[in-house]
Amino acid sequence: MSGPNTNYDPVEVAALDPAQIDAAVEQALAAAAAAGSLEELKAVRTAHQGEKSALALANREIGALPPSAKAEAGKRVGQARGRVAQAFAARQAELEVERDERILVEERVDVTVPALRRRPGARHPIELTAQRLVDAFVGMGWEVAEGPELESEWLNFDALNLGPDHPARQMQDTFFLDPVDSGLVLRTQTSPVQIRTMLEQEPPIYVVAPGKVFRTDDLDATHTPVFHQIECLAIDKGLTMAHLRGALDAFVRIMFGEETRTRVRANYFPFTEPSMETDFLCFACHGAETWGTPEQCRTCGGSGWIELGGSGMVNRKVLRTCGIDPDIYSGFAFGLGIERALMLRHGVQGMHDMVEGDLRFSQQFGMGA
Amino acid sequence: MRMPLSWLAEVTDLPPGARGADVAAGLVSVGLEEEDLHGGDLTGPLVVGRVLDFTPEPQKNGKTIRWCTVDVGQNGQMLTEGKHQEIVCGAHNFEVGDLVVVVLPGAVLPGNFAIAARKTYGHVSNGMICAEDEIGLGHDHEGIIVLERLLGAEKAATLQPGDDAIALLGLAEETVETNVTPDRGYCFSVRGLAREYWHSQGSPAGGYRDPADVATPQANDSGHPIRLDDDTPLDGNVGCDRFVARVVRGIDPTRPSPAWMQKRLTQMGMRPISLAVDVTNYVMLAVGQPLHAYDLAKLDGPIVVRRARAGEALTTLDDVERTLSPEDLLITDSGERPLAIAGVMGGSSSEVDDSTTDVLIEAAHFDPTTVARSSRRHRLVTEASKRFERGVDPQVTAAAAQLAVDLLVEHGGGTADPGVTDVDHTTQRTAYLLDVTEPSRIVGVDYPRERVLSILRDLGCAVAESGEGTDDAHVLVTPPSWRPDLVDAPDYAEEVARIDGYNNIPSITPTPSEGRGLTHGQKARRIVADALAGAGFTEVLSYPFVAAELADQLGFAPDDDRRQAVRVANPLSEERPLLRTMVLSSLVDVLRRNLARGHKDVAISEIGLVFRPGGPLGKAPIPSVASRPDDATLEQLYAAVPDQPRRAAVVASGQIEQAGWWGPGRAADWSDMVAAVQSVAAALAVPVVVANDPDHAPWHPGRCARITLADGTLVGHAGELHPKALAALDLPPRTVAAEFDVDVLTAASEEPVQAREFSSFPPALTDVALLVRSEVAAGEVEAALRRGAGESLESIVLFDVYEGERVEAGHRSLAYRLTFRALDRTLTTDEVNDFRDAAVAAAARATGAVQR
Repeated sequence: MSGPNTNYDPVEVAALDPAQIDAAVEQALAAAAAAGSLEELKAVRTAHQGEKSALALANREIGALPPSAKAEAGKRVGQARGRVAQAFAARQAELEVERDERILVEERVDVTVPALRRRPGARHPIELTAQRLVDAFVGMGWEVAEGPELESEWLNFDALNLGPDHPARQMQDTFFLDPVDSGLVLRTQTSPVQIRTMLEQEPPIYVVAPGKVFRTDDLDATHTPVFHQIECLAIDKGLTMAHLRGALDAFVRIMFGEETRTRVRANYFPFTEPSMETDFLCFACHGAETWGTPEQCRTCGGSGWIELGGSGMVNRKVLRTCGIDPDIYSGFAFGLGIERALMLRHGVQGMHDMVEGDLRFSQQFGMGA
Repeated sequence: MRMPLSWLAEVTDLPPGARGADVAAGLVSVGLEEEDLHGGDLTGPLVVGRVLDFTPEPQKNGKTIRWCTVDVGQNGQMLTEGKHQEIVCGAHNFEVGDLVVVVLPGAVLPGNFAIAARKTYGHVSNGMICAEDEIGLGHDHEGIIVLERLLGAEKAATLQPGDDAIALLGLAEETVETNVTPDRGYCFSVRGLAREYWHSQGSPAGGYRDPADVATPQANDSGHPIRLDDDTPLDGNVGCDRFVARVVRGIDPTRPSPAWMQKRLTQMGMRPISLAVDVTNYVMLAVGQPLHAYDLAKLDGPIVVRRARAGEALTTLDDVERTLSPEDLLITDSGERPLAIAGVMGGSSSEVDDSTTDVLIEAAHFDPTTVARSSRRHRLVTEASKRFERGVDPQVTAAAAQLAVDLLVEHGGGTADPGVTDVDHTTQRTAYLLDVTEPSRIVGVDYPRERVLSILRDLGCAVAESGEGTDDAHVLVTPPSWRPDLVDAPDYAEEVARIDGYNNIPSITPTPSEGRGLTHGQKARRIVADALAGAGFTEVLSYPFVAAELADQLGFAPDDDRRQAVRVANPLSEERPLLRTMVLSSLVDVLRRNLARGHKDVAISEIGLVFRPGGPLGKAPIPSVASRPDDATLEQLYAAVPDQPRRAAVVASGQIEQAGWWGPGRAADWSDMVAAVQSVAAALAVPVVVANDPDHAPWHPGRCARITLADGTLVGHAGELHPKALAALDLPPRTVAAEFDVDVLTAASEEPVQAREFSSFPPALTDVALLVRSEVAAGEVEAALRRGAGESLESIVLFDVYEGERVEAGHRSLAYRLTFRALDRTLTTDEVNDFRDAAVAAAARATGAVQR
């Protein structure tokens, strides 16, 4: 604000001339409009809005005017300065939008170039399949039991009603350990986990036991010396074969879809009596009998059914060996090979891919298939 | 076990038009698994041919085919072109002059395989010389059928080129092959299988004609003397409790067995040999009783059944001299000369040969365990041992002997001796008091009493509704002699369910009352596996079998307890007899395989058990299974099982970050391995401490991190592998790896994390550069700074490490950024400076660090 009249310069009073003010406004508006960039706008802004600009000088002269003239001149200059400020602000905004748009265009990249600098890891599908089965049973209220892979012969065979002379004991090609009279073997089945559970827990028992098992088979398309089983054991009051069948039905639906169902028949296993063999309706052809036709189903081989595995009511001898009174409790057990479930569900063609550890195999399945 | 439909039809009624598949389905419905169907599904011409000539012709695919000329009689090209049949054959197991089976154009083989003359390997092949599997005779595809070998030279001598091979081999008839489970020994006979088929048809009255239902003469004293003399029964069971001996004299040794019998034996997968042998085999197949025929002229005295003596030997029919064990049960001549290993195989000294006229037929009942052990001991699985091991009907003995005598008399022209020996020490089965509601309780189907009783009677059980203990719910059941497997209620329940139909069993989902979900350990293991996959490792599974040299290759010290490995007594490969003591031991094989397949950048992981016996294996007890072993025995049992900790290992080679448009890649180095372990620990919220470990095989002494819990418990090791180990393992230089104990991390993460309080005041940052001697570990400096900085320290970051001309020789500069924050206020500059000075002072005391 200038003081009254102290540095009064009559020459500059002309600055308050309305025509001149209008001209200054016009010049300022033209300059703002002409500015092609934010930098140019900034440069011309000083000339038209700065302290030395015509309108600023005019404003400064108002104080020197007689009071009667002050109001009108003030209004005129104020309006003029307002118009200029608005114009510059508007142009500023316009140019900012233009700049922002231009920058976004300039910064464009091709997002289709490869982005993964580190190859993602993956889980092995056998582990994933085991997890899937385990989760389904855990969801129904079962628990998971585990045991060692190098196991005592007694737990792997004798306690399961497979005495030393039992023909079925010879069918399981066992890896024996040095010295051979150690009474220890690489377990041939996950069933010793059942025995450990029954020896140590009071019924009711509902456990599922996944794990690695070993048999002296050379690796080929359908055999591997190291493979995986999952086994379920239930011991409670009043369990019947109908409950066994119910559990099997639940199992195949979880693994192969709601459409499937089981068909059962008698079989023999030393650790169960009665024993049962289960087939389930082929999830690929839904039971169409395509054997010998050109459309023969590749999943079930054309019979319409797929063999699931053995099961049965836990043999009373086994219950007694484990200290469970067969007159109070009954139970059932069943199991199947995880490799087989994986082959069926994911169309894996042979054992080699599952055991060789080629990166490409596991990577197809990511973190959960 | 095979069974031709024609034989089945003699024993039970077949529905009109029943095919092999129908019979197999019936047997499946009562629990007898179908193995295969043979015959019936081919149409000729299928004829006998004689190979006249062949030319071996090597092919581009590496095979050598034979271009054959075969005499097929008045068939094929002889008929149409006046010359012998010209056929291409890929097999090499025949000679010129051999009789073979030839399928001619126009025929259809099993599987709807139509045969036509076709061009192959540069010739027109007019048919095919057949292998067993191609005509449904068996499973063999090792070579083609040579009839001299299949049927014996004698039989082959009667054949002419052009003879119909379909009739010869019984291929027009369907034969069902069934898998017999170990509890169903009686199904190793047409008698048993037909009975089961009859059950599958609803057991219609009069529909089953027992082939063993023949009249047998009373035993008398004039038969060949037999003595059962087992002085050391196995587990209290005598080796032989019944021995029937019959003699047929004056058999014409030139007479062959009848053609129908030979055809049946062939259909059943057995080879016709001579009348006496064929008859014993035929009767065995019919009623399940293994028989043995001795040449009576080669016996000097009574037959004595006894255990072998130490040092005794016997040359069995397969011409192998076998050293006998005192557990072997023997048939001997006068108690001295061994004639046979009871129930397993006869000896050659008393073998029936082409001059035998007088034959002694043995029909005996042997203890299953005795036979099983002898069979296993001598690695000799025979038709007889298979049956005795599973249990033979002790009451079919005399009938079987009678059937054999009748056939020898009829077809050999012999005369049966009136003397009949039957030493019978078998005991009557005791009746079982069955609760008739028990099958319903076990199976879950409501079976009415009458249904249960009628099923049991159909099975051949004697059911008494009166007698001691019987009432409305209880009956006395005596199982038939051929069912040693029927002992208690579950056995009878299975029979009722089986005959009533397993598919009548409803489906009821069991509902456990309280499931506690996965244990902490089970969840933790998944977290470890997922964290490793998240860190870029691909999970694989390796076999735990490793080579004995591996311990040296990995550079284990002589006293390293990882050298204490379990040895497999019967390894698949003699080169890998040991079980791994580290996961890394077998994981490196998978790395090598991936590299060999052209993967250059490999980062893999495995979680699994390792076997750490800590010395030679102990001896696990084998307690009785009659009841639960006592706690002390169970403790012993569990303790004998060696320690098997669960470990995780990772190994990487090549680039862990790939080269690309962004620039070069980054090779996996030691730090990626430390980071892998740290990221797993972080996923489980377990703090770990990293220290240099200059002495831990198989790692590089200067690039190995020892990772522990805060309390010093070892977690594992990580870093670059030792160059010598890499060279020995044939792995690329700079391969890096880590291995850590999952169980340790699991235990350390058991307690719930207790949340800390966080400050919302602004942080104060201060940097400090410390000069330390080069050998001082950065980890120690950081630990000292933390101790000195006090509880307001929020974080500490080592942001620069410098070693070079700007610092004193033998020293390096470590630059840290410390971030401080107090819970209750904004810290002043003076406070922060005091904290920093205290931190530096602590580092100076602990490590000699000097602030630069």
